[in-house]
Amino acid sequence: MDLDTLKRLNAARQAREAAILITNTATGDERLVLEKDGYDGDLQQDEIAARFRSGKSGMVKVEEGGDLFFTVSVPPPRLVVIGAVHISQALAPMARIAGFHVTIIDPRTAFASEDRFPDVPLFAEWPDEVLPRIGLDRFTALAALTHDPKIDDGAIAAALDAGCFYVGALGSRKTHAKRVERLAAAGVGGAALGAIHAPIGVDIAAQSPAEIAVAVLAQVIAALRRRGMSDEAAA
Amino acid sequence: MEAETGSETYLDVLATAEAWRTGGRDVAIATVMETWGSAPRPVGSHLVVDADGNFEGSVSGGCVEGAVVAEAVDVIGDGKARMLEFGVADETAWRVGLSCGGRIRVYVEKLD
Repeated sequence: MDLDTLKRLNAARQAREAAILITNTATGDERLVLEKDGYDGDLQQDEIAARFRSGKSGMVKVEEGGDLFFTVSVPPPRLVVIGAVHISQALAPMARIAGFHVTIIDPRTAFASEDRFPDVPLFAEWPDEVLPRIGLDRFTALAALTHDPKIDDGAIAAALDAGCFYVGALGSRKTHAKRVERLAAAGVGGAALGAIHAPIGVDIAAQSPAEIAVAVLAQVIAALRRRGMSDEAAA
Repeated sequence: MEAETGSETYLDVLATAEAWRTGGRDVAIATVMETWGSAPRPVGSHLVVDADGNFEGSVSGGCVEGAVVAEAVDVIGDGKARMLEFGVADETAWRVGLSCGGRIRVYVEKLD
């Protein structure tokens, strides 16, 4: 391996950018593919796309010219939860078990208390103060759960703008229709608005806060593992 | 960075490799490329080795590290990458102790 290639791979990892190092095991040739640079037309396009989604390294048998090894580096996914609410109390530990780095944000100090959220990074501040500090990116999911437009709306807009792989918002269809009107008036585009998962969660007829948390987490995982797939292919 | 998942752990080894090489040491990187059966470390796990046989990371949870390190020192010497295979069918592998019943292929290359 070339030191320069290794430096670029490590830099991508530091910057939370997805990268794949492809090594020809017969010749020792190697090349680095960064997801953000795109790879349309690459001979290994489909394999690259699948591995960016799965995050798994592995050998790819090639008929001629030597087998290829894909060293896949995908940043650990994060889940930012807006609202230190009852659902969040169930969602935070479950998401951590599933491998997500969880952050909770709620400016209402009565909700955002360490007693209610032990061992979770917790910010009792407004999302527009916290989000620029922690930095949203394409490997971050955001679930807006406060039901309060003053707290949720700005965070949803910021997540859509940052290209978060998942943006979900609590509320009925009626609530969401009003939310879409407000966000559109604030300048959020139609395609982005259509990407919001609302009502939030996979339909499992969830009743309790913990059940809703399961529905939300399932939807977040589905979005993570189907990143970059067309709706048709994902269905 | 936290080392919570396998992917993060193995990449920490790559950070070590960069630091060692940048610091002037000759370095080889070993990577688990294929596994069969109950291999202890997943595909993509790395081990970094220097010319004196110092190493960090793991490719087998301890069973064949010694053999891989010895090969890596040779790779540093001649600069030629090679694929190593360890498994129960291989008497050498038994001797170095991959007794868990798995089989692994490990690619060892010099960091230029």
